[in-house]
Amino acid sequence: MDIVILMNSILAASPPLLFAVLGETITEKAGVINLSLDGSLLLTAMIGFVVSLKTGSVVAGFMAAMIVGSLIAAIIAFVSLTLQQPQVATGFVLTLLCRDLAYVLGNPYAHIPGPQVPHTPLPGLAHLPVVGSILFDHNPVVYLSLLIILLLWAFMFRTQSGLKLQGLGERPAAAYLRGVNVTKMRYFYTLAGGALVGLGGASFSLMVKPGWARPYGIEGTGWIALAIVIFGGWKPFRAALGIFFFVALQTAVNILQSAAPNVPTQLFPTLPFPLMILTLLLVTIGNAEWVGRALGRLPEKFQRFLVRTLKALQTSPPSALGTIFKKE
Amino acid sequence: MGNETMGLEPGAKGFLLRITAILVAIGLSAIILLIMGASPLDAFGLILSGSLGSSSKLAYVMTAWVPVLLCSAGLLVTFSAGLWNIGIEGQVVMGAVFATGVMQGLQESLPPAAVLTLAACAGLLGGAFWGMLAGGLRLYGDVNEIFGGLGLNFIAGSLTVYLVLGPWKRPGIGSTSGTQPFPPSLWLPAFEGFQVSPIELLLGISVIVLVFIALKGTHLGLQLKAIGKNPRTAFLMGIPIGRQMLLAFGLCGALAGLAGWVLVVGTSARHNLFPLISSGYGFLAILVVLLANLSALWSVPIAFFFTAISMGSLQLSLQRQLDSSMGGVIQGMLLLSVLITKGLQSRFLQWGQR
Repeated sequence: MDIVILMNSILAASPPLLFAVLGETITEKAGVINLSLDGSLLLTAMIGFVVSLKTGSVVAGFMAAMIVGSLIAAIIAFVSLTLQQPQVATGFVLTLLCRDLAYVLGNPYAHIPGPQVPHTPLPGLAHLPVVGSILFDHNPVVYLSLLIILLLWAFMFRTQSGLKLQGLGERPAAAYLRGVNVTKMRYFYTLAGGALVGLGGASFSLMVKPGWARPYGIEGTGWIALAIVIFGGWKPFRAALGIFFFVALQTAVNILQSAAPNVPTQLFPTLPFPLMILTLLLVTIGNAEWVGRALGRLPEKFQRFLVRTLKALQTSPPSALGTIFKKE
Repeated sequence: MGNETMGLEPGAKGFLLRITAILVAIGLSAIILLIMGASPLDAFGLILSGSLGSSSKLAYVMTAWVPVLLCSAGLLVTFSAGLWNIGIEGQVVMGAVFATGVMQGLQESLPPAAVLTLAACAGLLGGAFWGMLAGGLRLYGDVNEIFGGLGLNFIAGSLTVYLVLGPWKRPGIGSTSGTQPFPPSLWLPAFEGFQVSPIELLLGISVIVLVFIALKGTHLGLQLKAIGKNPRTAFLMGIPIGRQMLLAFGLCGALAGLAGWVLVVGTSARHNLFPLISSGYGFLAILVVLLANLSALWSVPIAFFFTAISMGSLQLSLQRQLDSSMGGVIQGMLLLSVLITKGLQSRFLQWGQR
C-alpha cells in the first residue's frame, strides 16, 4: 500500500479517538475521572447521527452530541464533586446506562443511511506534494482534530490557565490557597472534556463509521481511549502519538486480515485488547516495587539502559486524580 | 479506588429515601419509554409478566438468578478489599470454557455425576486462573485492575470464538452458535414440572451465605476489609496485602467460574459453549453488589429483582418494537438515583448539623 494513502487514512480514522482521549485528558488533569467513556461514546454517536438525520444538518448533530457528552459529564461532576459519592462507581454505572440508553433510543434508527461530513480538501494546500495529500485532503472534522492537539498543548503548557489546570489535579489544596475555586473549575473541565468526548462520538457516526446499529461495532473503544490517556501520560502530543500508532495497527490488522484468510475474522476485533494490556504494562511496570529490586541485580551497563527505557515509557497520573477535595 | 461504598443508610429516613429513589428511577424510565412512543404501564406490565407471570417464567428467572448470585458473592470479596473486578465477565467465560473442556474430554469414560463434579472443579480453576491474571497484572505490573480485567474479558471472549469455530466446532458445521450440545444426562436434574434444579439453587444460596460468614467472622475477611478501608494502615498492621489481594481475585474468579459452569450445565442453559456465554451476568452482579451497599444479605433479593428485570425485558423486543436493553436502563437509573439520593442525604445531614 502507498505510504501516503496509508498516512492519509490513519489521520482520517483518528478524530473520534483524538477528541475522546484529549477530552478525558483535560478532565483527568483537573483531578476527575470520567470512566463512562465507553457508554458516552456510544450514546453521543447515536444522538449525533439521529439529530443530523432529523435536522439534515451535520453541525446540529455534532452540537447535540457535545451537549449530551457534557450532560453525562455533569452527572459525574455533580455526584462526585457536589455530593461526594465515589467517582469510579458513578462512572461505571453511567457506562452501562449510556450504552443501554443508546441501544433503546437508537433502536428505530438502525441501518438507515444518513448525512455524513462532506469531504473538503483545502484549496491550494491539498495540491502540495506528499504533505498536501496526507494533511489537507480531508474534511473539517479531521482538520479540527489535528488543530486541537496543538491548541490543547499550547493551552496546557503555555498559558496561566493551563498551569492552574495542572494545579487542580496535582495539588488542589495549594490551588485553593491561591484563590482558585477548585470545585467550580473541576466542573468546568469535566464538562468541557465531556463535550469533546461527545464530539468524538459524533465523529464516529457522522464520519468514520456512518450510521447506527446494535451492536454498533465500537463497543470497547471507550476503554481503549481511557488506556491511551494513561499511555499518553496526560500530555496531548504523546496521547496523539499513541492514537496514531493504535489506528495504524488497526489498519495493519485489516490488511493482515485479507492476507491471512484462514484465521477466523471474529478474532481480529479483539487484538487491540491484549495490546492495551501490554502497553499499559510497559508504561506502569516501572512503578512496581519488584522491578527496581530486580534491576539492581543486573550488570550496570544493561541496568542503566533498562532504567532509562522504563523511565522514558513510564507515566504517572495527576496525584489528586479521583480524590475528593474538601475545604478545611 | 472503590473503598467507599454506596447505597443507603438504614433507618426510617433511609427507607423513605430508598422509596423516593426507586420512584424517581421508575419515572425516568417511563419518560424514556414515552419518548419511544411506548406506554410505560404496558412495558412495565410486560416485564412483570415476562419474569413472574407463569411458573415456567419464574423458573427461568430463578435459574438465571444463580449465576448472578455466584458472581455477586465473588464480587463481595473483591469489593471488600477495595478492588474493582471488572474482569468478572471473562472469569465467567473461562469457567465455562474449562468446564466444557473437561466434559468433552471425559463424557465418554466417566459416569455423569463424576463428569459434572470434575467440570465444576475445572470451572472453579478456570475462573480463578483468569482472576489471578488480572490480580497479578495489578500486583506485579501496576496495571489498574479495571483495564487489566476489561482487556482479559475481550481476550476470553475471542478465545471462545476461536474454540467454537476451531478445535471444538460441531461435526460438519462450525458456526458461532456454539459447540455440540451435551446430552441430557449431563444436565443438572430439575424438579418435576418446575424447571429449576435444586442443586443450582442450593449452590447459589449456600455460596453467598459462606461469603457472608467469611467476610464477617474470619481472619481473611477482616484482613480484606482492612485493606479496602485503608491499604496503608493495613500494611502497617502487618497484613500481607499483595497475597491477600491476589487471593481475593482468585476467590472471586473461582466463584465466577462456577457461574460459568452453571451456564453450561444448568437447567436454563443451552448446554454448550457459545460466544458471549457470560451474557452480562458479571456486570449485572457489579450493579447488584453496589446497590446492596456491599451487603451479602441484601444482594440476594436485589440479585433476584435485577435478574427478573433483565429476563422480563426480553419480552419488550419479542412482543413490542423495543430494545431489550430497556431492562439495563431501568437498572442503571435505579443505581444512579440511589447514588444521588444517598449523596443528597449525607450532604443534607451535614448541613443540618451545622
